Amino acid sequence: MHIDHSHEGPAAVSADATRPDGRRRALRVGLGGPVGSGKTATVAALCRALRTELSIAVVTNDIYTREDAEFLLRNAVLPPERIQAVETGACPHTAIRDDISANLEAVEDLEEAVGPLDLILVESGGDNLTATFSKGLVDAQIFVIDVAGGDDIPRKGGPGVTTADLLVINKTDLAPYVGSDLDRMARDAAAQRGELPVVFTSLKGEDGVGPVVDWLREQLAGWVA
Amino acid sequence: MSRAALLVLADGRFPAGGHAHSGGAEPAVKAGRIRDAQDLAAFCRGRLHTAGLTAAALAAAAALGLDPLRLDEAADARTPSPALRATARRLGRQMMRAARASWPSPELEALAAARPRGAHQPVVLGLAARSAGLGPEDAAHCVAYETVSGPATAVVRLLSLNPFDATAVLARLAPEMDEVARRAAEAARGGFGELPAASAPLLDITAEAHAAWPVRLFAS
Amino acid sequence: MSIRATARIHAVRTEGGATALPVLESAGPLALRRTRASGAGAKVTVVGAMSAPLGGDRLAIEAEVGAGARLAVDSAAATIALPGRDGERAHYDVRLTVGDDSELRWLPEQLISAYGSDLRMRTRIDLAPTARLVYREEQILGRYGEMPGTLSTRLTVHRDGRPLLDQELGYGPGAPGGWDGGAVLGGHRAVGQLLIVDPAFEEKEPEVRILSGTAVLTPLAGPAVLVTALAPDALLLRRLLDAVLRDEAG
Repeated sequence: MHIDHSHEGPAAVSADATRPDGRRRALRVGLGGPVGSGKTATVAALCRALRTELSIAVVTNDIYTREDAEFLLRNAVLPPERIQAVETGACPHTAIRDDISANLEAVEDLEEAVGPLDLILVESGGDNLTATFSKGLVDAQIFVIDVAGGDDIPRKGGPGVTTADLLVINKTDLAPYVGSDLDRMARDAAAQRGELPVVFTSLKGEDGVGPVVDWLREQLAGWVA
Repeated sequence: MSRAALLVLADGRFPAGGHAHSGGAEPAVKAGRIRDAQDLAAFCRGRLHTAGLTAAALAAAAALGLDPLRLDEAADARTPSPALRATARRLGRQMMRAARASWPSPELEALAAARPRGAHQPVVLGLAARSAGLGPEDAAHCVAYETVSGPATAVVRLLSLNPFDATAVLARLAPEMDEVARRAAEAARGGFGELPAASAPLLDITAEAHAAWPVRLFAS
Repeated sequence: MSIRATARIHAVRTEGGATALPVLESAGPLALRRTRASGAGAKVTVVGAMSAPLGGDRLAIEAEVGAGARLAVDSAAATIALPGRDGERAHYDVRLTVGDDSELRWLPEQLISAYGSDLRMRTRIDLAPTARLVYREEQILGRYGEMPGTLSTRLTVHRDGRPLLDQELGYGPGAPGGWDGGAVLGGHRAVGQLLIVDPAFEEKEPEVRILSGTAVLTPLAGPAVLVTALAPDALLLRRLLDAVLRDEAG
């Protein structure tokens, strides 16, 4: 049977590019990566860098708390009505890949409540190297790893490292202290990812999230074109 | 009817949000009411014959074609806990999304339009079953099974319970699930006046406290 | 010899604004007495002349509160469900009708399910849109230190013809499995409900109140709150429900 994509009803069935009222919906970007690699800090930095020029909202997927959402609230990177927490029942990868219904509900609720939006960042709960976002949920995904997690992670690969639209290697300021070889990480990442971009960040520095912001701007330009 | 369609609907991987819910097992574990497979069996058996029977009959009635909005109202009256009403509606909305993608039908569209924030999940599931060409027993079976499989899966994660023990609990409950599904479908055939309202005080009571926990693994 | 008996109360508002009881019919073991009311309105006390219901009995009480009337009903002692000679099930039906701008306070003593008994209790309440209701039900499973009998209760409340609350509880050896497990009773032997329906709740929805680890006050989907409470025994249960009643009065 043909599945109707015109959506007479109140909620879209899949990740169509248009909202039920015909307007183009916000670009949805997923951020995944291992626990502690700096996903939430990256989200916070992106919001600070872009919130004056773009209408942004964030969905967090904590493993067992609402801490990530609360971190963003505490740091006041966005007003509370622009942050939604999804509960994942101890399985964060399920909520972003296999059963995305709760996350879709969250992004649609945000568009309805505070829209129109330009950008929705969907942050995964910290998981392993295999967690990726469903294409039914996000338009592009960023995978965040850090130099302290071991400089062999790019070499080991895994779906996150090899297929994400952007690989962020974070906490470069720590490299000298943990003995990570940034050149080697860059070479390994390039070997795994071919043409897909890789950026190095240190959120401690001035405009540390700049390379990710630049990439996001390109995505947005492509999205609204 | 298509037996395979029933398997699709009943599959724990059917993307309708169930994986994030423990069916009251998380507060029961914390209160020490579930410590092992035996406790899990008693918990699941109690839930099956109370909330499970009630929900299964609502689903069976929706599958039979009874007015889903009246069934939604009947579900509200059978759910005194606002936390559980909110959960049922959230899961109903998620079920609706998956159902409309899987078995689109004018009846599903109409209910989605009438209840944009979600109808009670068993009502949506029953209507999904109807749209898939399934009957009231099928819908009731589906609900009876998820009534116990949800807590069992959750307890495997919460207690690191041996998954073989948890699955054995479910297997031993199979005859009772069949019986509950049979009774639910029979009641549904009797119309609104016959729908059961079996309830479980501890599930209603603990759902409220759980909804207020700052730290938890499951949404309900 | 089993008994069939229906006691009836009809309360109406007099021209002077007081409440009269044109019908006050005792029946079988259900003796009704008009007693002194603490506030406005009439009060009736159910005086149990004998322990009842026994297996096989079919008892019923019907109360109708007419528009503008106020009625309070309590009982002199707990009701004890006892086994009959042939193990037959007993039935106890309560039917309450409350009209517009009227109030019913239904606050009987506990229902005790004695070992070996089998009672099915059904309560059907129909409320007019502006009716007020305070309704208490307490089930004690077994007399002191005793195993419970089989008890099933159903409470069905309609307001303005629409369902407001529908609850069935089933306990004891004849109930479906799992009734004493972690989802239903978890070993508790005293179960209570306190239902307050008040049109004023439509203006201001009450908030959830956690009363104890096993008791909670919840707003229903309509203008009503329900206390669902479990306790180790009757005394502790009553204390919980009384605290809510005091708040409600104050």
